[in-house]
Parts: sequence; structure tokens; C-alpha cells
Amino acid sequence: MSLVLRGGRIIDSGGERILDVEIGEDGLIAAVGTGLTGDVNLDASGCVVSPGFVDLHAHLREPGLEEAETIQTGARGGSLGGYTALVAMPNTDPTTDCVAVVEQVRSLGRRSTCEIIPTAAMTLRRDGVDMAPMGELVDAGVGIFTDDGTGLQDPRLMRRIMEYSTGLGRRLGRPVVLAQHCEVAALSAGGYMHEGEWSSRLGIPGQPAEAEELMVMRDIALVRMTGAHLHFQHLSTASSVAMVRGAKAAGLPVTAEATTHHFILTDAACASYDPVFKVHPPLRTDVDVRAIREGLADGTIDAIATDHAPHAPHTKEMPFDQAPAGMLGLETAFSLALGDSGLDLPEVLALLSWRPAAIAGVADRHGVPVVPGAPANLCVVDPDETWTVSGAAMASLSSNTPYEGRTLRGRVRHTIRAGEPVVVDGEARR
Amino acid sequence: MSAVIDRRADNDRGRHLLGIGGMDRSDLEEILDLTDTFAEIGRRPIPKVPALRGRTVATVFFEGSTRTRMSFEVAARRLSADTVAFNAGTSSLSKGESIRDTVEVIAAYGADLLVVRHSMAGTAHRVAGWTDLSVVNAGDGCHEHPTQALLDCYTLRERRGSLDGMRIAIIGDVRHSRVARSNVLAFTALGAEVVLVAPATLLPPAIEGWPVTVVHELDPILGDLDAVYLLRIQGERITEGLIPSLREYASDFCLTAGRVARMRSDALVLHPGPTNRGVEISAEAATDQRSVILDQVVNGVSVRMAVLFLLLGSGRQLGAVDAGDSVEGDR
Amino acid sequence: MAERERRQTPPFGGVFVSHARIMGTDDMGRAIRRMAHEVIERNHGVDDLVVVGLQTGGVPVAERLAETLADIEGVHPLLGTLDVALHRDDIGLRPVVPEAVTDLTTDLDGRIVVLVDDVLFTGRTIRAALDALCDFGRPRSIQLAVMVDRGHRELPIRPDYVGKNLPTRRDEVVDVHAEGVDLGVMQK
Repeated sequence: MSLVLRGGRIIDSGGERILDVEIGEDGLIAAVGTGLTGDVNLDASGCVVSPGFVDLHAHLREPGLEEAETIQTGARGGSLGGYTALVAMPNTDPTTDCVAVVEQVRSLGRRSTCEIIPTAAMTLRRDGVDMAPMGELVDAGVGIFTDDGTGLQDPRLMRRIMEYSTGLGRRLGRPVVLAQHCEVAALSAGGYMHEGEWSSRLGIPGQPAEAEELMVMRDIALVRMTGAHLHFQHLSTASSVAMVRGAKAAGLPVTAEATTHHFILTDAACASYDPVFKVHPPLRTDVDVRAIREGLADGTIDAIATDHAPHAPHTKEMPFDQAPAGMLGLETAFSLALGDSGLDLPEVLALLSWRPAAIAGVADRHGVPVVPGAPANLCVVDPDETWTVSGAAMASLSSNTPYEGRTLRGRVRHTIRAGEPVVVDGEARR
Repeated sequence: MSAVIDRRADNDRGRHLLGIGGMDRSDLEEILDLTDTFAEIGRRPIPKVPALRGRTVATVFFEGSTRTRMSFEVAARRLSADTVAFNAGTSSLSKGESIRDTVEVIAAYGADLLVVRHSMAGTAHRVAGWTDLSVVNAGDGCHEHPTQALLDCYTLRERRGSLDGMRIAIIGDVRHSRVARSNVLAFTALGAEVVLVAPATLLPPAIEGWPVTVVHELDPILGDLDAVYLLRIQGERITEGLIPSLREYASDFCLTAGRVARMRSDALVLHPGPTNRGVEISAEAATDQRSVILDQVVNGVSVRMAVLFLLLGSGRQLGAVDAGDSVEGDR
Repeated sequence: MAERERRQTPPFGGVFVSHARIMGTDDMGRAIRRMAHEVIERNHGVDDLVVVGLQTGGVPVAERLAETLADIEGVHPLLGTLDVALHRDDIGLRPVVPEAVTDLTTDLDGRIVVLVDDVLFTGRTIRAALDALCDFGRPRSIQLAVMVDRGHRELPIRPDYVGKNLPTRRDEVVDVHAEGVDLGVMQK
């Protein structure tokens, strides 16, 4: 059964054109042209056809925290947000630090509507003490290692992991990526929001921007020393962006992501005392928000990530210190990136699709230009449709969106995953 | 941001006292003026009025406190309200119940007003958002302690008539003090000048926008002050690396007999209690004629009576009575 | 009615509009003088007498009554004020805010209290006052003096001394002030 997306404006890394896209039963793009008709035809007129999005940073909570999210519900949310691939963070329970858990995540992912790309922890149980079996994990296809949720504190161990990872690239077929959550725990401990004017006024203990920046600085030095590929997760401060810009200018193998909330929300949002605004790294200041946007615009930051972090409602009905950090992101990222980043649509699509696909090592099947023979991982977005955010209406099992009630412009209409229309007219098909 | 006591007839959010932030001079003065009435009740042979008969005040303390709870309970009982106490230590919170569930259960027991204390900033605000009941913030983390600030203002006003033009030093661990935050707002709203006196590590970060001056030495300004407000220093500030030792702190900032003697004879010494004798204040200074520490305790009950009465007794169900009756008053 | 209470009572911020002047200054003076004589006659002088004005309308009347008693007897009776807001039975039903501080420093044990208010209407304020007085001791006797008794009693309370009995409609308002007594209505 063939499927045709009709009348859309195609935007990919190769440029723009208005053409129909025919997708064959083999899940590949069969033809791109005019006047195509298939067994099923989806209207894309007035819309943009893009390679599907790739999220470098999603917490899908399975195994271990299935009351907050499962791989299936997370992937469904991802599909509704235009994603065709999600990089799953390893802070599961048990931690994804061995081949068995990687295989479990991958197998659950196969039944979902996105490609789930498992990552593994750099250290066993993410405790920052003992190196995970990285060689075995690379042989099982893991290309990204991260202790996300915490930074790897010990500089000596970080150096060793970087050095070790450089020897695994041949087995993987590409450089191993180490993704770092930059936060010096000794400096951030006891802080629940950004330390500054707002934290002092609200009486919420803060964590200083320097807690992130010191680790960015350290890891740039260690990359210079070891040559490992380091990916900076969720950059949130102006100085972090400046340091990464400098490292890239010096030719170091570093990449970086920023989340939607770090270029939209500021620490002033914490004035509601609602832990839905509690996130790590914390929401920063206007100055930082501007710096993140500049970093996105000039290529210092390679990708927009979600740091999709579902939490069951009762866990957020707690005082600010006790509530877990994190917010939903998959279903709102495209609209927010389009409306609030200051970037135009092709730049937004690059940051959501083909640039993260390259970092995730899936550029052969995601973010690929829309040409015959390419895998049909696509999304169709209407840049003008407006919609109102409702946590309860989301596919996620959780509802901790900080954008509740906001009206956003730009909506995902259809999502095609390996040739299957998993979202049609904004509704998930399974 | 912070809600104030809001008595507008069209206000259906319930009525709360969550912080001094958001209240202006006239809001504060209205409460302080009303406090005179309740202070008089405390001086009666039978210090009790039936004003809140049938109402129930729940003290919901997720953080230990004997004095504040007792002060609220005495205030409630002097108004003939019933009191129930919730203690976090003995509750199901330790069993993982969400704080929202806890609050809903307490409300279901028939409480009319919740007096909430918690070790985290903003908890009283959150509780106020989850319930139709009135909420009084009895201290939220390092944020606010509005009834303490009100009783401090009342105490100063009782002695001086007005705070206008007073120069008040708040001394000690401002960084971790909800009392300091509430008092900076209240003292300045009532026309006083506030000086924060502390080692740099015990000041909040980024307070350039606060309406205060900051100094790190007490002795040079001691003779120019109308009042000193001493904050409690906790032992854990040493293990946190904020000060080297209580001894060094005391040598720079403790209000000793020698220091109190250098203060003006009409200056006042305040402390929210309980005092650490020999750390922030010496025994001699605490009992000096300038000390109004016991007045603060007495006034705490009066101020809290005024607050409870304003929230529970001053006409919540407007329009529930036949209009003719209401216009006349019942002579 | 006190200003603060008036502000918070429907129609909020209403103003009193007079229809008729019931008593002038001289009428009030004569009425107070007559009541003073009745108080003295009934109590055989002013010994042990405490004149207590109800906040806020009863206070000026009580002051005038006390002055007049002093004129006649040459001895000043003790004078106090009482705010009954916190003893009312309609707390929570309508705006009740204490207007002024109670000033009753004397021990009332064994004394004769003459409670003074400007207008006697439903009797509920007086009930509250009787309740409040009991917290200050055990008076030998409590007597009630009012400038105007306008009827419509809801409780078994009757005045001992009355300046003027004034039949009224329930929706009318009686205003006792320094220049006299007016009958009118509240208008928005």
C-alpha cells in the first residue's frame, strides 16, 4: 500500500521545493514529484514536509518508573511532536549500564512509534566511581554514553573514560560520543533553582551558574588532552555557550545541545513556587536566554533537545525542594522552537532533525534529505496552526508541562515512521 | 506575587496571609491598628472573647517549632476558636504521601484556617492554591515569616510610636532567615531605614536591588542605631563553611554587655527567639533595659489574634444576611 | 453606625440621607438631663456607678451623661468604653471589625454599670455587651441607657433610661450625632 504526501513544501538539508512525496511499502521514499497518487493520500498543502525530528535527550522512564512514562507512551508523544527517533537517557531503574538493559530498551522501542536509540551510563549505576563496560556496550551498538542527571564529578575518571572511548571508535564505526550533564555537585548541592536575584527574593536556595561552567571548562580541557568527542547536554548559561564557541573555534571535537525551556523560560517563573518550573540545570536569567538563542543562531549549539522528563503528578505536589526536577518537552518542542527561538523555519528544522541525527549516529536513516530511496522518517508540520497546551491532553503519562494553557503557533500534522503514518491530522494512530 | 490579606468582597480565592511582600504601608498599619484591640483583650481578667466560636484553626507544622505554634494556639483560643495540631513527625508524610493529600485530609477534618510552617520556601503559597481555606504562613523556609514581622513592627511602634526614620540593623544570618526577609519588607514599608550587618557569607547573593544598606562590621555603626534585630545563628553554618567558628562570629557580631552599653540609651534590642546566649546576644544584653524580647512574645499573641480574626471573623460571607439588617447594624 | 462598618456593609460606601430631624441639640440636652436625674434617683446617687459607652456611637452620649451626673451630684462617676465587635453573634455573617479599643480599667465587682448606647434596635449589641461585661467582673447591677429606642427588638432586652421612643420602619436608619437625632435611609 503506497502513501503519498500531497502538495507540501519540502524542507531538508538540501533546500526547499513544493513536491508530492510517495512512500512505498518497503518504508522507503519511492518518488518525489508532481501529480503523484497513492493508495492513501495525506494532505500536506500549506504545510512543510521535513525529515523527522531526532531528540538527543529524552527520559522515557522505562524500565523502572513506568508510572511516569513508558517507552510506548513517550514515543507516542514524540510522534505527536514530529519526532521519529529518541535518544533514551540511561537513568532508568535499573540503570542502563549493561547490555541486558540496553537490549530491553531496544526491544521495547521496536514496538513503539519512534526509533529508540539507547544510551548507556559512563559509570556503573551512574555513581561516578566505576567505569561501565563500554566495550561490550559499544559492541551492542551503543554510541552515546552519559551519566545524565548528574555530571561525572571525578576529573581523573572523566579523563580515563575519555581516553578509553577514543579506542572504541573503530569497533563502533564512528567516534563514541560522551554526553555530559555539566554540574559540579559540590557547588550546586542544596540549590533548587538558579542562584541570583530571584532565588534571594523567593528564599529558595540557589545553585550558581558556575556549577555548570566549571565542568564545561574542565571537560573542554580534557577534550583537548584526550581528543574524545564530548557532547555538552542542556547548556544553560551565557559563559557555557561562550566556552563551547571557543572550543569549536579551536577545532576541538565538541558538540552541544540546548533545551527549549532554557531559551524560553527564566528563573522568574519560580516565583509561583510551582515545581513544574524546577529543572536541572535550572532556568536561568534573561542574559542566559539571549546567549542560548545566539548560540543556536551561530551554530555553537548544534541541536535543540527536549530533556523530556516526565514525573507523576503526585511527585510534583510537593514543596519545591522535595519535588523532582524536570519537565515535559516532546510535544511542545517544535512549536516553541518555531515561535520563541528567533530562528526561521529551516534553521529550526536543522536543529531538530538533521544536525542531532548526525550527533546520534543515525544520519543514515533520520534527518536524511527527502529523495527517492531514503528511509521514510518524515513529519509534516503546519507552521501557522495554533493550539493550546494542555498537560492532561498529552500522550505522556505525566502532565508536568510548564507551558500549560499557552497558545502556541506551529503544529505537527502528520508523522511517518519507517513508512508508517503514526500520526495523522494531529492524532496518534497507535 | 505574594498574596496579602485581601478582604475585597469579590475575592473568591479564599483569604490568606502568605507574606509581607505585596502588602503596602496601609495594609500593615491596618493590622497593627487592629492589634491594639486584641492586646487589650490580653490584659483583661478573663482574656478571652467569643469571636471565633465554632471555628477551627489547624496548625500544620512540617518543621519543628514550639514557640510559634504555641503563640498561634494561644491566639486562637483567646478568640474561642478550636485548635488542632498536625505534626509532620508523626504523620504519613514519612510514608510518601504527597503534601497536597495531607492538606486535603486536614481540610476534611473541618478546619477553617491552616497555619502552615515548612522548611521550604513557597510551601504555604502552594497549600493556599490547593484549598479553599484561609492559609497563614507561619514560616516557609528562607522566604517569609509575616506574623513575626508584624509583631516586631508592633513592638517597635508600641515603644516609639512610629517606625518612620528609625535606623534598624538586622544582624546575623540574613541568608537563611525568613524573619530577615519579612522584616526588611515590613520595616522599610513603614518608613524605617534598614542596615544588614553580617559576614559576606551570611548575606543572600545578588541583593543589590534590596532597599537596604549592607555592612560587614557592627562596631562602627552601633552608636547610630535606633534598634538592633539579632538573628539566630545555627551551629550547622560552621560545617557548611560559612563561618569559621561561633567564637569568631561572636567576637565580631555578638551583642555583648559592652556593645549594648555603646548603644543609645533609648535604642531597642529585638530577637525572634529562641536566643543563643553568648553567640548572637549575651545574657546581660538580653536582659538590658533596651531589650524588648519579652514584649515581642506578648505582642506575638496579639498580632496573631488580629490576623486570625481578620481572616476568619471579619465578614467572609457578604450578602448572606438580609440587606435591611446589614445596613442598620443590629443595634 | 461607624464609618469602617458602613464602608464594608451593603450598599458598600452608602451615605446616610436624612428625612427628618427628630431631636435638636437642646432636645438632646434636656433628654440627657432627665436621664441623669432618673439614674441618680434610682441608684440614690452616683457612688459605685460606672458609665460605660458602647463604641462608637454610645461613647459621646456616655460622656455627656457622665458630665451631667457630675454637674448634678458634684462627683464624677467612673467612665469607660466597651467595643463589643468580638462578642457579636453575627461574626462571619457580615463585616465586623473592632472600631476602637475597650477601656475598662476598673474592676466591676459590686459596681453599678450604666451601659450607654445611641440607638436601641434589635438588642443584639446589648446582648453582646452584657456578655463582654461579664469578663470584667461581677457588677451588682447593669442598667441600660439609650438616646433613641426605635423598636424592632429581637431579644428580651429593654432599656432602663430612654431619651426618646421613636417608632420606625425597619429599613429606616437613625443617626445620633452631636447636633441631634435624624431619621433617614442609607443610599448608595
